[in-house]
Amino acid sequence: MTVATATVTGPARTRRSRPASNLTAASGLGLGVAVLWLSILVLIPLIAVVVAALEGGVGTFWAALTDPQTFAALRLTVLEALGVTALNVVVGTLIAWVLVRDEFPGKRVLDVVIDIPFALPTIVAGLVLLSLYGPASPVGINLVNTQQGIFLALAFVTLPFVVRTVQPVLLELDVDAEEAAASLGAGRLTTFRRIILPSLLPAITAGASLAFARAISEFGSLVLISGNTPYETEVASLKILKFIEGDNQAQAAAVATLLLLVAVVVIVALDLISRRVARRG
Amino acid sequence: MADQNRTRTQRGPVTLVLRFVVIAYVFVLVIWPVSVVVQRTFAPLNGQEGGFGAFVARLSDPAVVYAFSLTGTITFWAVLINTVFGVGVSLLLVRYRFPGRRVLSVLVDLPMSVSPVVVGLALVLAYSTGSGWFGESLASIGINVIFSTPGLIMATAFISLPFVIREVVPVLEEIGTESEQAALSLGASGWQTFWRITLPSIRSAVLYGVVLSIARALGEFGAVKIVSQGAAFNGETATLLIQNRYGNFDESTAYAAAFVLVVAAVLAIVVVNLIRKPEGST
Amino acid sequence: MSIEIRGVAKRYGDFTALENIDLSIPTGQLTALLGPSGGGKSTLLRIIAGLETTDSGTVEIEGTEATHLPPQKRNVGFVFQHYAVFKHLTVARNVAFGLEIRKRPKAEIKERVAELLELVHLSQFAERLPAQLSGGQRQRMALARALAVEPTVLLLDEPFGALDAKVRKELRDWLRRLHDDVHVTTVFVTHDQEEALEVADKIVVINQGRIEQIGTPDELYDEPANEFVAGFLGPVTELDGRTVRPHDIDVHREAVPGAVVGSVARVLRVGFEVRLSVLPDGGAPASRAVQVTLTRAHARDLTAGTKVWLTPADRG
Repeated sequence: MTVATATVTGPARTRRSRPASNLTAASGLGLGVAVLWLSILVLIPLIAVVVAALEGGVGTFWAALTDPQTFAALRLTVLEALGVTALNVVVGTLIAWVLVRDEFPGKRVLDVVIDIPFALPTIVAGLVLLSLYGPASPVGINLVNTQQGIFLALAFVTLPFVVRTVQPVLLELDVDAEEAAASLGAGRLTTFRRIILPSLLPAITAGASLAFARAISEFGSLVLISGNTPYETEVASLKILKFIEGDNQAQAAAVATLLLLVAVVVIVALDLISRRVARRG
Repeated sequence: MADQNRTRTQRGPVTLVLRFVVIAYVFVLVIWPVSVVVQRTFAPLNGQEGGFGAFVARLSDPAVVYAFSLTGTITFWAVLINTVFGVGVSLLLVRYRFPGRRVLSVLVDLPMSVSPVVVGLALVLAYSTGSGWFGESLASIGINVIFSTPGLIMATAFISLPFVIREVVPVLEEIGTESEQAALSLGASGWQTFWRITLPSIRSAVLYGVVLSIARALGEFGAVKIVSQGAAFNGETATLLIQNRYGNFDESTAYAAAFVLVVAAVLAIVVVNLIRKPEGST
Repeated sequence: MSIEIRGVAKRYGDFTALENIDLSIPTGQLTALLGPSGGGKSTLLRIIAGLETTDSGTVEIEGTEATHLPPQKRNVGFVFQHYAVFKHLTVARNVAFGLEIRKRPKAEIKERVAELLELVHLSQFAERLPAQLSGGQRQRMALARALAVEPTVLLLDEPFGALDAKVRKELRDWLRRLHDDVHVTTVFVTHDQEEALEVADKIVVINQGRIEQIGTPDELYDEPANEFVAGFLGPVTELDGRTVRPHDIDVHREAVPGAVVGSVARVLRVGFEVRLSVLPDGGAPASRAVQVTLTRAHARDLTAGTKVWLTPADRG
């Protein structure tokens, strides 16, 4: 399963600068329809969120975000997301490494299992985790309504991102370069640090950004497991839901706008990373 | 499989430790919990009977049937729209130059990172009859988006928008334009070239994107929760049903429905792997 | 005249791919567009095919004004460097493609495809997929596919560029023979002067978006219009201020009136020929050495240091 961004580098024949547009009548119409649909589905609704957030002025927007309870939820969300991203950077790279460089019976199964969190409905993911780490836990661990529970759920849903961005790069990696390093006297750790890691870094960064964005915005898997206690286990997305249910759309929109901003920053960052990698060839 | 041969495997204590750590992590995080769900689906729970018969009976509950058929309808339309839109946008992005092309390419990636709750809120703010920008005017011509099926389809389409595009764009870039030009020079029209040459070359990528979209659409929860009434026989999709039943102490039905979605997800992964494999081996 | 090109020009941003090209390509002949990469020859071919538009000027194919015709309506056959095979179709279906588009009767298509596969020696591969063919076979299939629609002109864009040297030479001979059989007006683009000299009836040398010279292979080789054409078509060296070909120099062992006197600096044997570097007397720097090519028989006792007298060879 590919989770890297699809970089658009353009048609095969781009050796020369070309005119600004080569749309034909038919493709121009297609573009019109596509932009219209995208506006109806994505653009207008998202603009509505930002407008709703800023309707009362920047002061109200700021006040909504700095409300102690909301601020606690945002703080928890960011800290949990950062923690889980750090975990993924290490474990994700490790899993990718084992999947590419190690050989053992059942490796293919492991490879397939990595995709499960990606394909599993988020509410089911929550249920799955609850069944082992909830009140009826067969191992006696109950993480419901704890920050560890949130961390667990986030680790579950973000598992594939770093693995799936690093894995293909590792597969393509030139083994000759490692052997050259080894022949020049570099130990395995040095080879990893000086030769392999630099090549993996863009992929790791891309995967980490995706994992962070997902963790910040995660909702479904947390509904059942985070007890939603203000100041303790309430995250941003659940806070938004609470605002909506309390008919407090302006404050919901304020938090949503912040999440949206993070999403845009991550997307643009990913775009830049993949462009840089594409240019390096 | 040339890559596999080229990649040298390394042996030694470090390798074994890494292997153990990775397997243990994935086991504790994914495999074990999923297997517990499967086990609970068929085990007696809270005094309710277990076994396959009971499982089937729970799924035959009219409210459950309604939930799954609603999910099926939503998935069908959302994936259909995304497939047509996705192939079209991919062609535009790869084969044409126009001002704003890069913005479009970033925009279609956006739903990947937007929180489902934000998606739901956004649709409500734009289209709900009470407070949405276009709610009143749509209601006056008899269209209700929020709290009805169109809203659910839109929310699902939003969430699963990028999948087809992300699969098709790289393949279109890779196959280049020579075959299409050859077809044109042999007298084929634009449509004929698309149907006879372009589409067959991107078929697996489209299929792959469709399977991913289906998996995502079947399991959508957050966005749907906000734009749906969420009550039995009234906008309760499969995922909403799981939450509702779990909250109402009917865990057995929640597990049964969850099991169906787990099977669907695993099936999707297997299909995706099957599509991928023959391509990788050539 | 089969193809008439008048005043064709093409710019990509700041880059001038073609400027003011006038060219007539005769019916039934094999014409080569020869030049270095990036010189504009492929762009010209693509403009003839309608795959690229011209900024100005006109293109006429067999008396039909074609400047603004889409590629589908030009009835040209185009063969691409990288074959442009339809991967998902069998060899036979690839060849049949243009005929199917033209909605010819099934029986006729079948017959015509069999005939063409025979012509390109691929009959036994009819039901294979292109992936199962070698590069040379794929290119022959692409050629059959282009010929199937009975094009007015056949255009080949570096058709053998992606093949290895041996296959390339075979296909070159084969294309020449095929053309002698089929007689369709053919234009092919190449950057390989040997290929052009060997195959073409007529060569158009294109460089930096301009036509440098048009002529038969012999005319171009023997009477190049300028130094660029001379240098591009074969090795050249300078003898007494004149540009000559290294094998057009006579080497004498005793004084000859008007000859350039020098001594052999280096002798290099390559297969059947011997290449000499001769330093003219008078302390000229090494870079001014005259390059001379001789057959082995003529180079019998020449070694480094031998004194020689060089004169331009009499031709004819």
